[in-house]
Amino acid sequence: MTPYRTADIAPVSATRSLALLVILFALVVADTAAQDKRGTQAGPPEGAGVLPIREHYQDLKPHSGAALPAWLTEQEESRWEMPAKNYASTRYSTLDQINTETVKNLRLAWSFSTGQTNGHEAAPVVVDGIMYVITPYPNIVYALDLAKGGALKWKYNPLPQAAAQGVACCDVVNRGLVYADGKILFNTLDTHAVALDAETGRELWKTKLGDINLGETITMAPLVVKDKMLVGNSGGEMGVRGWLKAVDINSGKVAWTAYSTGPDKEVLIGPNFKPFYAKDQGADLGASSWPPDMWRIGGGAVWGWISYDPDLNLIYYGTGNPGPWNPDQRPGDNKWTLTIFARNPDNGQAAWAYQIEAHDLYDYDGVNELILLDLPVNGQMRKTLIRPERNGHIYVMDRATGEVLSAETYTHVNVTQGIDLQTGEPRKVAEKKTGFGKAVYNICPAAPGAKDWQPSAYSAQTGLLYIPHNNLCMDMRGVEANYIAGTPFVGAEVKMHPGPGGHRGEFSAWDPVTAKKLWSIKELFPVWSGTVATAGDVVFYGTMDRWFRAVHARTGEILWQFQVGSGIIGQPVTYLGPDGKQYVAILAGVGGWSGAIVPGELDARDGTAALGFVNAMKDLPKHTNKGGALYVFALP
Amino acid sequence: MSSPCPDCSRILRLVLAGALLTCSLAAEPALARQLRVCADPNNLPFSNARQEGFENRIAELLARELKATLHYTWWAQRRGFIRNTLKAGSCDLVMAVPAGFEMVDTTSPYYRSTYVFVHRKDSPYRVRSFNDPILRSAKVGVHLMGDDYANTPPAHALSRRHIIDNVVGFPIYGDYSQPNPPARILDALAEGRIDVAIVWGPLAGFFARKEPVPLAMAPVSPALDQAFLPMEFDIAMGVRHGEKAFKAELEAVLKRRHDDIQKILGAYGVPQVASADRQEAER
Repeated sequence: MTPYRTADIAPVSATRSLALLVILFALVVADTAAQDKRGTQAGPPEGAGVLPIREHYQDLKPHSGAALPAWLTEQEESRWEMPAKNYASTRYSTLDQINTETVKNLRLAWSFSTGQTNGHEAAPVVVDGIMYVITPYPNIVYALDLAKGGALKWKYNPLPQAAAQGVACCDVVNRGLVYADGKILFNTLDTHAVALDAETGRELWKTKLGDINLGETITMAPLVVKDKMLVGNSGGEMGVRGWLKAVDINSGKVAWTAYSTGPDKEVLIGPNFKPFYAKDQGADLGASSWPPDMWRIGGGAVWGWISYDPDLNLIYYGTGNPGPWNPDQRPGDNKWTLTIFARNPDNGQAAWAYQIEAHDLYDYDGVNELILLDLPVNGQMRKTLIRPERNGHIYVMDRATGEVLSAETYTHVNVTQGIDLQTGEPRKVAEKKTGFGKAVYNICPAAPGAKDWQPSAYSAQTGLLYIPHNNLCMDMRGVEANYIAGTPFVGAEVKMHPGPGGHRGEFSAWDPVTAKKLWSIKELFPVWSGTVATAGDVVFYGTMDRWFRAVHARTGEILWQFQVGSGIIGQPVTYLGPDGKQYVAILAGVGGWSGAIVPGELDARDGTAALGFVNAMKDLPKHTNKGGALYVFALP
Repeated sequence: MSSPCPDCSRILRLVLAGALLTCSLAAEPALARQLRVCADPNNLPFSNARQEGFENRIAELLARELKATLHYTWWAQRRGFIRNTLKAGSCDLVMAVPAGFEMVDTTSPYYRSTYVFVHRKDSPYRVRSFNDPILRSAKVGVHLMGDDYANTPPAHALSRRHIIDNVVGFPIYGDYSQPNPPARILDALAEGRIDVAIVWGPLAGFFARKEPVPLAMAPVSPALDQAFLPMEFDIAMGVRHGEKAFKAELEAVLKRRHDDIQKILGAYGVPQVASADRQEAER
């Protein structure tokens, strides 16, 4: 599944007979024996004003022992060219003017209103004294002159088709643009890839990659590798077929397309394909692991993050949930949904694939960030990728082979009991298996997962990962009637609620070598923003209740915070300004799947809206209004 | 192949331009009152931008009764339809929702329909029940939803019986660049790509008449497949919560012009079922 949905959903029609209630009641009663059971709370805990709470789990260490990949060269810190900062997706800056001592003096340098009110998830990009910002739909790009306090240099409006808004499942977000080769490259909600001259904002080319009429949109930030821009589609709820495309950045022409489902030829699986586990080996699994032809509308959308290892010449990315129906209608593994792919960026050919979970039951899209680090494993340095996964496990994999080296949990998980490293398969808990018309309580994590798209950071200074995440569980109980395109239908009634402890979000420091949490900050709402780590031992992140926080990278102590105008779900960045000072920038503007209740003005009385997310977020409108703005901070 | 749609590009331009386009009835003098209807511009038999659907007919009747000028806000009826139209305040009336649909306040229902089995008249696939063994061998077409954990009741009924491998799924959203996307399932039936289609009654009743080969249909049974899986739905009109006076006006018209509304539904081939509760599943 995908990011926030604004499903127009209603509970069971009032015309339904009493028998229905009786049956549901019976189901509820019959379920009381289930362990770990808890009904949905009436709503989030009121008076949770004691949050945030910081918790330590173990003693500090000087450094975890992890290492940046050798090919990750020092980057010029006056530049932040892509949302993830670099191909290893570290989101780490060597700047240390702002450090644990000086951060208390941080203040607002300038700000800029984007004029938009939907969820702002993008990272600002900084190159040669200019900052580039992209808004959610209508995907306006602003170029702001840093030497002139953010004065508008140019503005570009791609004029996307308005109907794209009616196709997007989960707010009309955009996760960022990229600078490469003098160009600004990005995607619009209505599936165009666009290249602009970074200097003038002049459109160089614009290519239509998908079709909103078929349910496709684009929300992800592209990645540019050599002369190709890599981007995939969103729309797992609309019965799309997922793909990743490579677009030539000079001509705008599509160089290759790798589908997520279907026969090997179309998935770009050829003789060089060597999946590590037996479960992922075989011919045409992308077609044969589905009922006949169902792979054609099988989902596996590609809407998250991509990393790249130039030495191995492999890109890494993940695919979303299977679609579009309930699990009973798609028996089989449903490959290659919920899969991490390694591909050659030149021709798209797959080197290996690892299906995280076959036959997804909970909408755990496998699209999160992949951080490339070298880690000591049994005394040997291994080239790894680290994936904090939606299902609550942090996968550490050999990025050359696709072998899972470890997969510990970083939050409360009760749908699996660990991952079998011999087979690569999760041990699923039978009691938590969902089925149509079956009540299943307290599924942890909930559909947005232990963490959704919100990207983590790695600090070379501490050797730790900094993970923004959720603490949500969900109930699926009974059915509800709905109506789309003149057709009545019914689905499970999903309601999310806070996980153990009653808080809904966390910001955690994780040791990737020992696979343990060092400290965690418990937040009122899901931490839906990205994060940035710095050599000054300061880590930044934002909260949905309008705080931009700077915390101590080693202890989690909140060193500084600033209350912005609207909840934060964007990605912070830091850079050296033209004046030689270190700046920190963040887009505020609540929304996204988790914040749908604010810009979408969803009805808090309808707890099943946004696929049950509204139930867990009823109090968000009390904490934030909508409205996008850029905030830039510096020391005096 | 779908029938050519000379107006589709125009419709799309309208929809995609995002213009909250309003059309008024040219023949009417400009009246102070407006009846603002939220409607899909490309979804016969319900409505379309050329105002050829039965919901357009009924809206015209309502406007006359309320002495109002009729205006439309066009928006594809997908996820977010209610949010972007009725709740956004750009229109005041949704012509059809299931009775009791909680996002809106619903009037008393004005018709009740059922899912139907459709087959080519000259074919042996005369299915009447989900328990008919024919469904295990025939090529069965059914509409599918994109929402997680959600689907059309017939899709659930089939998968519950493990009728899966011979099922052809038609995403309800279809290809919006084509006319009336949900109707593709009936084209597929007429062309012989599927043997049986399981379709919501009003859609089947209308398009069965338009296909090049004669089609026949019959209500599905059981009408309640599992206690929580109804195949019949009461359909009502929807207004914003709290608009009691407007709702009362609409209900008065529905009552007063009941027979004329029934005529419109009949003219469009909407199969109706008695609203008596049919809890007895035919086993």
